[in-house]
Amino acid sequence: MSTTTSSIGSPPAASRWERFRDSYLLYSFKRDLIAQVSLLVFVMMVAAAVLAPWLAPMNPHDLAQIDILASELPPFWISGSEDAYVLGTDAQGRDMLSTILYGARVSLIIGFGAVALQAILGVCFGLLAGYLGGRIDAFLMRLADIQLSFSTLMVAIVVGALVKAIFGGATFSAYAVPLLVLIIGLAEWPQYARTVRASVLAEKGKEYVDAARTMGLSSRRIMFRHILPNTLSPIFVISTVQVANAIISEAALSFLGLGMPETHPSLGSLIKSGFDYLQSGSWWITLMPGAVLVLLVLVINLLGDWLRDVLNPRLYKG
Amino acid sequence: MSLLEVNNLDVRFALRRGDVQALRDVCFSLDRGERLGIVGESGAGKSVAAFSLLNLISKPGYIAGGSIRFDGQELTGLSDRALRRIRGHRISMIFQDPMMTLNPVLTIGEQMIECLKAHRRIARREARAIALRKLEQVQIPSPEARLEQYPHELSGGMRQRVIIAIALLLDPDIIIADEPTTALDVTIQAEIMALLLELCEKHNVGLILITHDLGVVSQVTQRMLVMYAGRVIEQGPTREIINDPQHPYTQGLMNALPQMATPGERLNQIPGSMPSLDNLPSGCAFHPRCAFTQRPDGSERPACRSRVPEFVTSGNCQAACHMVAEMIERERIPAEETTR
Amino acid sequence: MIAFLVKRLFHALLVMFVISVIAFAIQENLGDPIQQMVGQSVPESEREELRERLGLNDPFLVQYLRFAGNAAQLDFGYSYIFNQPTTEVILRHLPATLELVAASTFLIIVLSVPIGVYSAIMPRAWLSRFFMGVSIVGISIPVFLTAIVLIQLFAIGVTWTPFPADTAWGSWLNDLVSTEGGMPAYGRGDPVHVFGTWYTNFATLKGLTYLVLPAISLASIMLPLFIRLIRAEMLEVLQSEYVKFARAKGIRLRRIYFLHALKNTMLPVITVGGVQIGTLVAYTILTETVFQWPGMGLMFLNAINRSDIPLIITYLMIVGLIFVITNTLVDLIYGLVNPTVKLTGKPA
Repeated sequence: MSTTTSSIGSPPAASRWERFRDSYLLYSFKRDLIAQVSLLVFVMMVAAAVLAPWLAPMNPHDLAQIDILASELPPFWISGSEDAYVLGTDAQGRDMLSTILYGARVSLIIGFGAVALQAILGVCFGLLAGYLGGRIDAFLMRLADIQLSFSTLMVAIVVGALVKAIFGGATFSAYAVPLLVLIIGLAEWPQYARTVRASVLAEKGKEYVDAARTMGLSSRRIMFRHILPNTLSPIFVISTVQVANAIISEAALSFLGLGMPETHPSLGSLIKSGFDYLQSGSWWITLMPGAVLVLLVLVINLLGDWLRDVLNPRLYKG
Repeated sequence: MSLLEVNNLDVRFALRRGDVQALRDVCFSLDRGERLGIVGESGAGKSVAAFSLLNLISKPGYIAGGSIRFDGQELTGLSDRALRRIRGHRISMIFQDPMMTLNPVLTIGEQMIECLKAHRRIARREARAIALRKLEQVQIPSPEARLEQYPHELSGGMRQRVIIAIALLLDPDIIIADEPTTALDVTIQAEIMALLLELCEKHNVGLILITHDLGVVSQVTQRMLVMYAGRVIEQGPTREIINDPQHPYTQGLMNALPQMATPGERLNQIPGSMPSLDNLPSGCAFHPRCAFTQRPDGSERPACRSRVPEFVTSGNCQAACHMVAEMIERERIPAEETTR
Repeated sequence: MIAFLVKRLFHALLVMFVISVIAFAIQENLGDPIQQMVGQSVPESEREELRERLGLNDPFLVQYLRFAGNAAQLDFGYSYIFNQPTTEVILRHLPATLELVAASTFLIIVLSVPIGVYSAIMPRAWLSRFFMGVSIVGISIPVFLTAIVLIQLFAIGVTWTPFPADTAWGSWLNDLVSTEGGMPAYGRGDPVHVFGTWYTNFATLKGLTYLVLPAISLASIMLPLFIRLIRAEMLEVLQSEYVKFARAKGIRLRRIYFLHALKNTMLPVITVGGVQIGTLVAYTILTETVFQWPGMGLMFLNAINRSDIPLIITYLMIVGLIFVITNTLVDLIYGLVNPTVKLTGKPA
């Protein structure tokens, strides 16, 4: 049964594929309908966001395409809608479908970017703290404790406010995406660091690390080549949850006016700008991007739950 | 009739890929005040047997068949409410690891008094007095103070004494002790075992002792069962089985004892390991590890592979083994011929 | 006990020190008091003189010590927006936030414990599955979105007509799925004066209605987390040997669940709960913004938007102080509940 796959790919790639094909991960995925649906929805949403420039009926960032007279039009199933705007328009006459597609794109970029930054910071600090121990460990973990006791959202809000105050509103808006990645990345690294540290401490006591040390390998090599691969499954699990968290954090910052500007909106800033029109009955401007945000975060969380059940890693508790 | 009679007990674990049989056809009995040992490797089903008596097997496990008669009452199929009146009252248990058995956030006194109050209409002060008396019986120093203490303030040996005291609280008919000394320091093991033996003798309490330690079984029990892969494979008076084991597995266990090895040589291990319960070999479950699947003349004994052996009686013992059955058969035929 | 308190006090001081350094750094780099005190037209020489007089040219350490000294006396200067001492401004906004947090905490405790315990005891019941499903959806909804949806449903009202409205049963069902609205969702109404700067919403029924939607929104972020946590811990405890032993003793199931298991379940929950109080305070910023609830969170956001640096700094210091106090309290409670902690250090 393996003849077709192994004859196509090169031997190592094929064996890796075969290993994946026979793995417990895939086995349990095939048996879990919720995980399958979640992955499908997630992939579709990411694809739609990536392909937004080609899929969207109009470019919401292009002022020339916006018809201000067509503002606050309802979605297609409510009377008064126009065929050109399937999901209606917002207060500035932008097509909701287009703004949502572009907004999801921004949210996902920031979400993944911030998680990448957190992961790099957290993994490095976690490895250092766990492997070296002593004062570095005490310092880093105390820092993580303090930051966590303030809650990551609070740290993100404060850092966001400071960054905005330092750079000024206009500059902040211009560089909002990288700055938000930086803010959320800085705010949430402790989650990674604690998880990585916990699994490093567990791995450190094992014999293969002693063996590597007696062979005279350098600390860095032991950390990255020997310990890190064994901490991957908790990192993997935490990453899914953290992407969801980062997307929510970005939305929260944008909702507070510390995130993406309304001219270049993310899902969070769309919700914010629509909120003002809730009272006038135009609920779709705020609830439509809200629904998309919830769906996106929900499928990521469901995938994270499934991964945690399957991989069952030692996660940092409390 | 015996106090406890277990017949054809069949326990299964309902797993997603189908049921796994943890106990098959287990039969044994226990008289009042009698001490019975259940011996076997881990995974042989000793603990499952003990826990299924009071229907305390953990979740996917269930009793699929057989009967458990205690003092004339059938226990299988009894409601949890009805069983609760027997648990801790007429049949009590001692668990393996005293560090894990007591609730860490409740005082020793609370955990003893609640047990009394669960079974008797009794005033708290009276219950406390009984608890104190039982703690004295298990020879705990300053028992009065212990009642107010939490488990973590006691050593492992002390905790196991407390657990024995809890097991004795309501003067039960039977105590089921699941490896009661395995988790303890070697120096304390003998002390605790001696205490348990003394108390059982003194109060005429029946004891079902589950262990993998043949030495303990020979010192404490009057009769024993040997279990392998969910079945009883040999049973009889402890003395006789220890002196003259019939089943090749029991022989293997005896030979594996350190005192059976010549100094300086390796221990006599049984080759291989016990099969997993969801993938048992055909015929006798022990046959892949058995050194006696061939007859003395070198020919293969096909029954070992194809048929599950039934019990044959040899003296006061019973063993489930084709080889033993053949030997008995062979001894009987010449005997009959000479008498003729 | 003494050792424990000393240790906690040391930790608390350390945290406050870190926060004060951050706050001081913010003040140094962002708040130019001269700019605020005098107009644009004042010549540079006068500004320099003022700087000298205010000690702004002193060495860093001296300035920090002066800042810390003032901070210890809760003197953080004047708010630009309110033109009042910042501590007075904070004190005026504090009760609204505390009442909101109290109401939410009440909701969280009252709902999460029974739901979490139930779904651990009956993991296969359809109601447990329903709770678990709802809680993962709940985790995925940002708190401000919950607030917006609640406003739409219960303040504005929704008229749905999926059933034929001209029949009796159709209009009855339509009424059933539609919501009326009318719940207050803006500000805190007319709270009753208690003393000092404390006005309360708890005194009147009308006052309480103002609390309903904000408190539910704020609780919605923590509730699913706690339900899942309690359920997971309880499931683990129910597998433990001591629960099995309690069953072997013939103890009633009810007593096993609610005494033996629950007491052990609550230990990690208390620890996590302490950390989550911080998160709850952070989320008041979002909740108060949506509902224009006149608490510290809304005040903080206004301070940010108008660069009221002294007010921002005061908020950070006060919130830090609240965190430190609550964390210490939680540790104390943990020590009292858990007999293995002798309040001298970490549990064994």
